[in-house]
Order: sequence, then C-alpha cells, then structure tokens
Amino acid sequence: MSTLQPAATPESVSDEVIAPRTKVKKPKKSAAGDAAGALNSRWASFVAVVIAVLWTTPTVGLLVTSFRSQIDINKSGWWNAFANPGAFTLDNYRQALEPGSSASFTQYFINTIVITVPAVLLPIFLASLAAYAFAWMPFPGRNVLFVAVFALQIVPLQIALIPLLDIYTNKLGFGASYWSVWISHTIFALPLATFLIHNFMRELPGELMEAARVDGAGHVTIFFKILLPLLTPAIAAFGIFQFLWVWNDLLVSLIFLGGTPEVAPVTVRVAELAGTRGSAWYLLSAGAFISMIVPVIVFLALQRFFVRGLLAGGLKG
Amino acid sequence: MVATLLSAAPSGIPEPFLRAESTLGKFMLMFFAIAFFAAVFGLVLFLASLFKGRTGEKAQGAIFAAPAVLLLAVGLMYPAILTIIQSLRGKSGDGSFSFANYSAMFTQPELLTVLRNTALWVILVPFLATAIGLLYAILIDRARGEAFAKALIFLPMAISMVGASIIWKFVYQYKQTDRPQIGLLNQILKVFGFETRQFLLDAPVNTLMLIIVMVWIQAGFAMTILSAAIKAIPDDIIEAARLDGVYGLRMFRYITLPSIRAALVVVLTTIGIGTLKVFDIVRTMTAGQFETSVVANEFYNQSFRYDAPGLGAAMAVLLFVLVIPIVTYNIVQMRKEA
Amino acid sequence: MALKSTRRSAKVLAALATVSLGLAACGGSDDGGSTDAGKDSGATKIDCAPYKTFGDLKGKTVTVYTTIVAPEDGPHIASYKPFEDCTGVKIKYEGSREMEAQISVRVKGGNAPDIAYLPQPGLLKTLVATGKVIPAPPETEANVDKNMPDWKTYGTVDGKFYAAPLGANVKSYVWYSPTAFKDKGYEVPKTWDDLLKLTDKIATDNPDAKPWCAGIESGDATGWPATDWVEDVMLRTAGPEVYDKWVAHEIPFNDPAVATALAEVGKILKNPKYVNGGQGDVKTIASTSFQDAGLPILDGSCYMHRQASFYSANFPKGTKVAEDGDVWAFYLPAKDESTKPVLGAGEVTAAFRDAPEVKAFQTYLSSTEWATERAKTCGTGGCLTANINVDPELLKNPIDNLSAKTLTDKSATFRFDGSDLMPGAVGAGTFWKGMVNWITGQDDKATLDYIENSWPKS
Repeated sequence: MSTLQPAATPESVSDEVIAPRTKVKKPKKSAAGDAAGALNSRWASFVAVVIAVLWTTPTVGLLVTSFRSQIDINKSGWWNAFANPGAFTLDNYRQALEPGSSASFTQYFINTIVITVPAVLLPIFLASLAAYAFAWMPFPGRNVLFVAVFALQIVPLQIALIPLLDIYTNKLGFGASYWSVWISHTIFALPLATFLIHNFMRELPGELMEAARVDGAGHVTIFFKILLPLLTPAIAAFGIFQFLWVWNDLLVSLIFLGGTPEVAPVTVRVAELAGTRGSAWYLLSAGAFISMIVPVIVFLALQRFFVRGLLAGGLKG
Repeated sequence: MVATLLSAAPSGIPEPFLRAESTLGKFMLMFFAIAFFAAVFGLVLFLASLFKGRTGEKAQGAIFAAPAVLLLAVGLMYPAILTIIQSLRGKSGDGSFSFANYSAMFTQPELLTVLRNTALWVILVPFLATAIGLLYAILIDRARGEAFAKALIFLPMAISMVGASIIWKFVYQYKQTDRPQIGLLNQILKVFGFETRQFLLDAPVNTLMLIIVMVWIQAGFAMTILSAAIKAIPDDIIEAARLDGVYGLRMFRYITLPSIRAALVVVLTTIGIGTLKVFDIVRTMTAGQFETSVVANEFYNQSFRYDAPGLGAAMAVLLFVLVIPIVTYNIVQMRKEA
Repeated sequence: MALKSTRRSAKVLAALATVSLGLAACGGSDDGGSTDAGKDSGATKIDCAPYKTFGDLKGKTVTVYTTIVAPEDGPHIASYKPFEDCTGVKIKYEGSREMEAQISVRVKGGNAPDIAYLPQPGLLKTLVATGKVIPAPPETEANVDKNMPDWKTYGTVDGKFYAAPLGANVKSYVWYSPTAFKDKGYEVPKTWDDLLKLTDKIATDNPDAKPWCAGIESGDATGWPATDWVEDVMLRTAGPEVYDKWVAHEIPFNDPAVATALAEVGKILKNPKYVNGGQGDVKTIASTSFQDAGLPILDGSCYMHRQASFYSANFPKGTKVAEDGDVWAFYLPAKDESTKPVLGAGEVTAAFRDAPEVKAFQTYLSSTEWATERAKTCGTGGCLTANINVDPELLKNPIDNLSAKTLTDKSATFRFDGSDLMPGAVGAGTFWKGMVNWITGQDDKATLDYIENSWPKS
C-alpha cells in the first residue's frame, strides 16, 4: 500500500506557523477540541461513536460469522448468533486449516515469513543509503534523480511483471525463486521508502552533520553514528508499511515464485479457499481471519512506534 | 523446470542458494540472503569511503545512491518505457506505429465507462477518506480512550484489500426480500420496509459501494496523520487566537485548517495515488463486471486475459499521465518547503 | 511408438481396478479423499517399456501447471504415481485459479512450466503464437490418434499438432431432483418443446418456486455458463454445421441464426416467471456464483439447472447423485428425438520444454494407462477423460459414467464448447461480458452487435 508520505510530519506543518517554541503545559483545550466543542460535546461524542461503530461493524460481522456453522450462516444473519451463543463452533477454522493436498497451513506461514523478512529489510538498507545521498551529499544530477525516484511511484507494478521475470530468468539465471520475489518487492518499495526516509533526513538539523564533518568524520561514520539512530522511527514507520504490503501480497509472489505449496505464501492458500467454493462464507470468513491475524497483531503492537515515526520530525530540539 | 533453470542459468548459481524445500533450508536461505544483502550494503559503504577529497565527495554521493537508482532504472523505468512503446504499436503491442489504442480508449463505450469509474474513484475516495479522517481526528482529540478510538478506525489499514473486500462483500450480500437476510445492509433496508437490493449489480451505485471499501481502508491513514498534525499546532497560537476571541468553528476555519494545510495536501495526494492503482478491491468484489471496472483492473484484463497487451499498455500509460499532476504538485510543494 | 494398450491388457487392468475400487467403495461413496487416492494407486503397475525409449529419466523433474486446485488436485497428483514409480521422474504440481492469466505472463517472461493444462483450445492458439509451445512428440500423437481421434483437432494449431486432449466433460445436462419430479408427476422431457411445456407447467403449479435456477458469476470468468446455454441451444436450433460456421466466424456473431438461439435462451433465462429459483429476479443470475446456482434444487425452490457434468462436485457432502438419488441430470433435449447434439469441453496439455522427461510425461497423459489410473484414483467425480478406450465402468461416479457413455454414443453429434474455440478476446472476453450485460438488461440485438464488433479483425 503506497499510502505514506512523510511531509506530513508535524514539523513541516508547524513550520508554517510563526511561533517561538517554548513548551508550555498543554492547556485543556486544543484547537481541534475547540472546534469539536463548537459542536456541543455530547453531539461530538455521539458522532464519534457512530463513526467508530460504522468502521468496526463489518469486521465484527465477518468475525462472528467465522464462528458459526455453515448452515446457520446461510439461514440467518450473523446478528442473530448472539441469541444462541452455544452454537458457536471452531469447525470453519478447522476446515480452513486442514492441510491441502500436500501442504499444511504452517508451511504456508513459513513461506510467508521467508518472503517477508528480507523483502522488508532490503529496501530499508538501500533506501536509507540513497536517501542520505539525496539529502546531504551533493553530487551531479542529484535533484533530477531524486525527482525521478519520487515520480516512479506512479508506475503500476503490473507493467513490470513480464520484463522483470524475463530478466530474472534469462539474464540472471535464477528464474522463479525467493530472490526474484525479494528483489521485486524491493524495487516496488524503493520510491516510497527513499522518499520517506529522505524527508526525515532533511528535517534533521544540518549543524549536526556540519559539526561532525569539522571533526573529520566521513560520510560513512556520519551515516552510522549520527543518522541511523535518529532515523529509527522513520525506518520503523516504513518497515511496518512494507511488512503489511508484502504479507498481504498475492500477485507478486504468484508471478515470481509460483503457487506450489512448497513456496507459496498464506495469501495463495486463502485465495484458493475463496475460489473453489463459490460463496462459501464459512470457509472464506475463517480463511480471511487466519490471514489477517498476524498483520493485525503486528500493527497493533507497533502502532505507537508507527505514530511516533510519523511524528519523528517534531522531536528535534 | 528446475533443470531448465539450471541449464539456462548463465551464472550457474548452485540450487540451494536459489530454492529450498525444507523449513530449515528456507530459513538458511533467508538468513543467507539477509547476510548477502548486508554485505552488499557494506561493500557500497566501503567503496564510498575510498573516495576522498572534493571530487571524492561527489563520487561518494553517487555510490550511495547507485544501488537504489540502478534497481529502479531496471525494475521500473525500463518496463515503463517498454509499456509506452507497446501502447503505440496496435492492440497486440507489436504492430506498426499508431494511436489506435488511445483512440479506442476514448471511443469504445465500455472503456469510457472504465474512465468514468476511475474518475469517480479518484475524486471521491481521497476527499471522503480525508473528510471522515479529519472529522474523527477532531472529535476524539484528547478525549478519554483516544488511543483505543484511533485503533478502531486504524485497523482496516492492516487488513489486505482482498480481506477488506471479503468483509464488505458479506455486508452487501443479497437475498430476496421475503427471505432471511444474511447481509447487514439489506437487513437494514428490510427492517425499514424497503425492498432488498443487489448492491454490487446495479450501476452506477455499485461503483459507490466499492468506493466505500477504499474509504473504509484509507480513513484511518488520513486520521492518523491529520491527528498528528493537529497535535503539533503550537499551543501559544491557540492561546493567542483565543485571547482574540476566536472559538469553535471559526477557530477551525482560521487556525486549525491553515495549520494543517500541508498535511491535508499530502494525505489527499497519497490517497489519490493509491486509489488510481486500486486493483484488488474491484477484482475481488465484482471482477470488473457490471460496469465497475477501473483502469488498473482493465489493464490487467486486456494485457493478460484478452490478449491485447497494446491496449493494456495504453491503459497503464493513462495511469502515469493521470498521476503526473499529483506528483508534480507534490514536488512543487516539497521544493517550497525545502 | 505407442503405449501398449491392447484390449486385453486394458481389460485386465479394468478388472483389477474394479476389485480395488470395490473394496474401497465399502468405506462410503466419497472415499476418494486425496490421501486415500494417493495410497490406492501404488497398487497398480503400468508397463514401463514405452518410456524406455526416452532414455534414463531418473532424478528428472517435470512441472505441471493447471487451473485445478484443492481439493480436486489430489486425485490428479495421485494419477501420476505409476508414471513416477516407473520412470523415476518427479512431477511437480501447481494449481492456481489465476492460471489462465498467469500462464501468459510466465510464458512471455520466459519462465513457463514444462506442461500446462489449458482449459481452452483458444488459449493454446494464443500461446502457440508466442512461439514457446513445443509440438507434441510422435509417441503422443500416436496415442491421440488411437485414443481420442475426434478430439485431436482441439490440440492442433495451423495443421501442427501440439497438445493432447486430457480431461473431458459433457455440458448438455439439466440437473433436477428425481424425487421432486416423481412427487409432482413430472416426466423428463424428450424434446425441446416438451421442455418448454414442462417449464410452464412447473411455473403454474408452484407459485413459491421457479422452474429454473441459474448463476453465471465466476470471478474473472463471469458469464461463461450463459455462453454454454447459447451454444447448447444454438446446436439445437441451428444445427451442428451452422454452429461450426459460427464458431469459425464464417457467419457473423449477429447472424439471424444466432439471434434465434439467443431469443430461445431468453425465453427461459429472461422470463421472470421461470427464473431464478431460490435467488430472486432475472438479474440475480449475474451475481449468483455458478457453484451455488443449482443448490436450490435441493430445497425445492427450483426444479431445473442446466450445467455440465462436473457440477456434481458442488452438491454438499451426503447428497446422493444418481438416477434414484437426490439429484440427477437429464440430457438437454433436442428439437426432436432423431438428433442428439452434445456440447462438451476439456483441457489440452501443452509442453514448453523440449526434454525427454517432458515428452515421456506427455505421452503418459495421452495413454489409456493414465486415463485408467485417473478413473481409479478419482476423488469426488469429474474424472472423465477424452480417451475413448477406457472402460466406462471404471468411472464409479454415476454422472461420470453417464457422461462417458454420452461421449462415446454413436448416435450423438459432439461439439466442443464454442467459446473455448473462439479467439480469447471474444471467447474469454466479450462473449462472457456480453452475456452478463444481456442478463442485466441489454437487449438481444445490442448484445450480439457488441460481440460481433469485438471480433478481432484480420
């Protein structure tokens, strides 16, 4: 999901506001609170609750459904399930987890992990290097290149499938393999990652770098000793996005790795469940939640980190 | 296939370094890859450190950027150029030069529908998601249980588009009015005495129904960033405004909104780009049937199913063209701030 | 050189198989779970001699790419066992629903599988055009000449034979409930007019139910079941000769003959009195998945469902599919009893690698040994093959058995699914799409004109 651009760091926002930065104790009301207050706070909370309910109900519906029997699901709406809580069952999960012809679900999970970890780390390596160059190292053509990298976000990855596969198979000689998937995911992530990390770097005070240079530190030292520690939140924020994207991906791995049980990720298995049984909600619902559970846990656990990553620019003194 | 690959492999990479079937083998391969990538990373740094002096400076920068730029050139730039060429060479993408694909795109009625839908998506999704995200961010700002309230809206972001589509397809499920409903939305219609509807079938309402799914996913993103932006408005400004007697909606209009303008632009454009590329939702929910197809989906069908890669390529080129204004605006914005 | 499959050895095999299946059948009607089937097959031996000519194949691997996914893939994998045992070749199976789109990506990207089961001859034509498909070896061709002579043309492109036919199915079936028919005193119709009369009678007799149920939703491929309707009716109203011209585009798609057929289909599918049992109005046909569409027969809200033999796999576990069971199928009647057009379809196996082990496997797949093994390791049905030299009695699944007899029936005129033979842009594109639009309200003429205009020029 290419849904992150860091210019939204509070830093760039507050830059527009001319104000001395003395931290005073926060007053009870914020600008937003004030705006909300205008709506009469009771109404405000009512509207907030309505939105929250609207946003959660669809998921809850399918979650409840995944614990109902095949017959119940087609006979009555999930909202009726609470009338008879005894009827809840784990059968759907049992069936969804049931080994396919030759592979257990565990194997698909392992495949997903093996695909995901390098596909998250590699773009971080490469993007932070490039971002550093774009942010703090003058070299010929820097600006043009940077704009080009950013602009490549517009390229839909589907157009790259055949040319890349051709290169992997005929030029590099590794055909459908984990390497193809890792490198492809990296390529598709680089524009965003570079852009994101670059913007965080730009917001770090230049004096920091200047001082280190005066002390005789080279770029390599600066990159490791000074920048990397400061970048952690930005890297974490991107890392979470990339993790979600790779974990949920179906198309890229199908093309570059194939769909055999030995290599295919969880998403392939869920798509299979969805496909063969028409509108078999009992299997679909369970399958959907099985595939969702890891990303949701990771996301919730790291959520704070993620928000801090977005706020990182604001932490500067 | 394995054998072909090996024989075709010019570099003759030994099999265990390419594929593994045992769990242990896979993890070994994974760790090897990470170590390998880290080594490449180290090598780049080492190479860079060899260059000293003023010209060395410049070389260092180029070396730092090289791996990423190189991968992008091969992996995205080159295919993009191929695509542009293909789009100009007839329906099959290998004929003689013509604009036939582009004229087809703007004259065939069903492709015009695709364009209309894409326009609907790109206009509605960013604005609705941002508006809802902003409203929610304001409503829950510094309220009790804010973190939890945020997580509720946030969660769809962690769900894959396919997962989200399954969730919503269930909400839209249709049964005849006189039968027990299993789809929530039709149940609501029924309770209020309306006939149940096939939400995914009737154009153009069905496109709106798909758009809702994307808004549902993206609102959390908008909310997170806008909430952070709101919190970053310096307190003194608010104080000062308040001393001047600015409150309520005027505070929102004259203080909040201008202060988060940059964040708003970023949220809108980011969601806009994501929306142009939307593919999984349409594919999972209607497979582009019933006049719901969008450019990204039609591209896939034309290229890979209907054996019309040239026409598909023209679709992809249209996508680039549509995103260019957004990207340009973003870059101009960035320049201003820099 | 061809596989030795004399009548005698086939009979011996058949006898053996009947014994082993007879034993297995005691466990229940749906014992064909993938793992059981896998173990079962180890028991039989095939004659390895035919594969000796391909040289030493030990340790070689052949990859197979198909549209068949779990749970139907298990029996397929099991049917390779004797070949693997005998040659030492390892078969690596991959099934994906996305196969039809993915195969062209992989082939164009230079990463084709060794063998692909192509569900449409039209797709074979497209792939042959890329220059990556390897013509079938003479051994395979000899098998095809012997075992499926009539189907050879579906694996032939521009006079060159590439792909041996594999699985087969019969499409001209109407699923119904024998008990419901008996209770109401309905007779299985023998002519098209009888069918229409019965339809009207059911509609009048049963205000709560509908005579027909249909569903054409199938993800990316939505619309195909409706094209089958048109083809089947076209064979009946216009006859096989005109049908062939239509498929080859020797008459335009909006020819009056096609219009007549479509109007005839419309009499049923677009009549709100006749459809859509268990689902709702006419439009629900477009959004009902083809897998679910026939299920209302079971609860009495629908009486008839026109769908291919493979539909039997979609009935829930425990449904008895038999002439005296919960559901059964009758032949979609022709104009009168003197003609018997049959619509069917199947896969063909294309090879993308020129290697002895691939050729050996291609040859195995076209042999009677394989078809026999397929019949024996059959899971939930759908194990009919294009091979006419297999004893139909090996097919324990009643509908497979019936289909095998229908296919080999001398009085029947077989025609391959027309949309599968048309160019992909029409047969897997605008024909499907046009039918979806037709169901959701577009009139006959606009629909046919739309498809005609989309036919690739040149």
